[in-house]
Amino acid sequence: MEKQLRTDFKKIIESSNFSETEIITKEKYLNKFIQNGFPGKKNEDWKFLDLNQAIKSNIENLDYFNENLPNEVNPKIYVDGLEHNKIVFINGRIEKIDFKYEESDKFEIIDKFDSKSLLNDVNSLVDLNSALTNKYYKIQVKEHYTVKKPVILYNLTTSKISSKNINIRLDFNLEPNSALKIIDYSIDKSEKNFVNIVYNFNLEKDAILKNYKLDKEENNNIKYSYNNINLDTNSVAENFILSLGSSFIKNEINCNLNGKYSSAFVNGIFNLDNNKNHEIRTSINHLNENTKSYQLIKSVLGENTKSAYQGKIFVKSNAQKTDGYQLSKAILLSDNAEFNAKPELEIYADDVKCSHGSASGSLNQDSIFYIMSRGLNYIEAKELLINGFLLDVVEKVTDNEIKNLIKNIMGLKE
Amino acid sequence: MRDKQVQDLKEYKYGFSTDIDTIKAPKGLSEDVIKFISNIKKEPKWLLEWRLKAYNRLKVLKEPDWQKPKYPKIDYQDLYYYSAPKSFKEKPKNLDELDPKLLETYKKLGIPLQEQKRLNGIAVDAVFDSVSVATTFKDTLTKQGIIFCSISEAIQKHPELVKKYLGSVIPITDHYFATLNSAVFTDGSFVYVPPGVKCPMELSTYFRINASDTGQFERTLIIADKGSYVSYLEGCTAPMRDENQLHAANVELVALDDAEIKYSTVQNWYPGDKDGKGGIYNFVTKRGLCQGKNSKISWTQVETGSAITWKYPSCILKGDNSIGEFYSIAITNNHQKADTGTKMIHIGKNTKSKIISKGISAGYSDMTYRGLVDISKNAKNSSNYTQCDSLLMGNKCGAHTVPYIKNKNSDSNIAHEATTSKISEDQLHYCQQRGLNSEDAVGLIVNGFCKEVLQQLPMEFAVEAQKLVGISLEGSVG
Repeated sequence: MEKQLRTDFKKIIESSNFSETEIITKEKYLNKFIQNGFPGKKNEDWKFLDLNQAIKSNIENLDYFNENLPNEVNPKIYVDGLEHNKIVFINGRIEKIDFKYEESDKFEIIDKFDSKSLLNDVNSLVDLNSALTNKYYKIQVKEHYTVKKPVILYNLTTSKISSKNINIRLDFNLEPNSALKIIDYSIDKSEKNFVNIVYNFNLEKDAILKNYKLDKEENNNIKYSYNNINLDTNSVAENFILSLGSSFIKNEINCNLNGKYSSAFVNGIFNLDNNKNHEIRTSINHLNENTKSYQLIKSVLGENTKSAYQGKIFVKSNAQKTDGYQLSKAILLSDNAEFNAKPELEIYADDVKCSHGSASGSLNQDSIFYIMSRGLNYIEAKELLINGFLLDVVEKVTDNEIKNLIKNIMGLKE
Repeated sequence: MRDKQVQDLKEYKYGFSTDIDTIKAPKGLSEDVIKFISNIKKEPKWLLEWRLKAYNRLKVLKEPDWQKPKYPKIDYQDLYYYSAPKSFKEKPKNLDELDPKLLETYKKLGIPLQEQKRLNGIAVDAVFDSVSVATTFKDTLTKQGIIFCSISEAIQKHPELVKKYLGSVIPITDHYFATLNSAVFTDGSFVYVPPGVKCPMELSTYFRINASDTGQFERTLIIADKGSYVSYLEGCTAPMRDENQLHAANVELVALDDAEIKYSTVQNWYPGDKDGKGGIYNFVTKRGLCQGKNSKISWTQVETGSAITWKYPSCILKGDNSIGEFYSIAITNNHQKADTGTKMIHIGKNTKSKIISKGISAGYSDMTYRGLVDISKNAKNSSNYTQCDSLLMGNKCGAHTVPYIKNKNSDSNIAHEATTSKISEDQLHYCQQRGLNSEDAVGLIVNGFCKEVLQQLPMEFAVEAQKLVGISLEGSVG
């Protein structure tokens, strides 16, 4: 692996124009990754989902260099019925940026590399991302501006590529009192690639971020996504993860509640069938007074599937009056399904209200009987109950248009 | 005046040591030391081989390091692995032959072995450093066919039972400290309850570490045969010493068809002084196997002592319809640290488990609940309920919850709840308004918080435990 990495790294450096210092930093991250490799079962954070194993058994000869040829954007891929701004990635390369609904002086797209924004000591995959990304973009939303339409980040892979490692990195800076809605929307036509996405959000005072991740299309890629969100005073971050299509995906969200009265929400849905392995891992760090967090994760697990939820609430000793809540629920539909949870509390302050709950089990037979006695057949009754179970999470989405989009994707009736 | 009272109470009242001549094994861990222990205890050959096998494995094994409370590296060559009062070369036949100094020690600890002979109540097996010094009420128990003696005695008198069950729940291939114990264990209690017998009294062991530089490695084995019932209590204390002492015990429980074992612990090892100097490292492996159908194992623990407590009393629910229970109160104050919880492994059908854990941390202490609920594929219709609550006093301490939940069966249900909070001002105000001072008010509220667990303890222990809860938190408020 090391040899391959080094030669591919060289190719990436040659094909881009980095400065001397950039190359040195990138090399540092590469060495760090080579030292640690892909995380596996022995790593506590990857206990339930072994990435090393998954890559080994699914991808032969993983290639880290992507030729970076331009692709045509087919407008057919755009989401219907929702006016939106777009950023289109095709095979990891930005092909289109379109902010036609916005006032152009109210936001800025910076493509200058800034070494300060690099994330250190997170995990080896973020190091890999820092080493191999060839483009760096930062989206800056100006003070007091609310981005009118949601920004959809299309992440497209075509059937042209296989056994590739795709690294994507985006930064967002929300200046005081600004607001941004983004939707991560992946369309996969490729197979056997390892997609590694890192977003870094910085929310200044009173900023509002709504961050939705929709993974809907059936595909055989292995995906990892890491979002780091720093929140200043009175800012709000709402996250929603819809985990449906990929055969292997891990979504990780790290929120640092740095400012007083800041709050973070993470809601997620797993609705899995056919040998899928999904995980959500969150860590919410309450670092200041009067901060709040809320998490709700629900799973419906079919044949041969596995879902895991690792959620951590950390409360620093000065973060008094913290309110933290975490709930994970799972319905197992098959004897081959598996649900793992590790809801963790680490608390160093005394005046806090923190709790978590976790429940898993089968569909309630009494409920099915009740519905069937009203004339529905077994399959309909089951569907009704599952939809109701999941709708609970969808209803947490605060943006109505996007909520309807999610309902459509999931086939839930309005 | 009141300050002085508080001061007296805060001090560890079991902190004295007994000046008594002892025989010790040579310092350090080696094959010779193991042979020495085995020899002095006149053990059969198979046991020595078993010990050596464990020792050989230990040589390649690494100490685990995933726990929350970190501790300085233990020098295993700087410990005595065997220490016994000299008068024990020939084991005394009855209490009258016992060294009066030993009797005095236990009297000071509140366990008058002599009087126990006459009073009705609890049968006690007292373990002093490495050996069991006395077992009371033997006759009454023998009449019913119950075997209650030290494990050394059991090895001599009931080798077939020991051979069959020793290591059946905690094999020598287990983790580091369990394997260490298998190699060097010195004494402990042995209980066998024959089929259909309900043990008429509480059985109890009292552990005492006296000598310095010694580790205590006892091994307890309890077997409840078909349809039997036994309730077992365990208490522990140690003298105040500046160095940290290691206590790595193994406890194995086996419940056959329809049998029930109730195991209660009040652990009050020396916790170290208020600056965190000294104290016992309590690294214990406790595991129960519900082997038979309809069997039940219930753990209750009150953990107030030790500098570091690191243990997870577990239940393996192998038999169909078996039940596992775990009730725990863990209190840490000053610089104490605890990483404790349980494991419930569901293997059989219709198995049920319940976990109630209450953690209280004050001062500069740190407490972690770590637990595993694992429902395997074949454990149809199983269920688990877990509740773990933590109470924090002050913002210098920590309370953490790390549950692992694994469900592989669609017919099974797992429910887990956890909360962390502090004593509410309203509750304190209410109590103080009615004339309680703040210390008493906290004591009352904390006892209420722990009530669900305290109720599970046998009467005699419940009273003691309730007092202990109060004393452990003295001085942590206000």
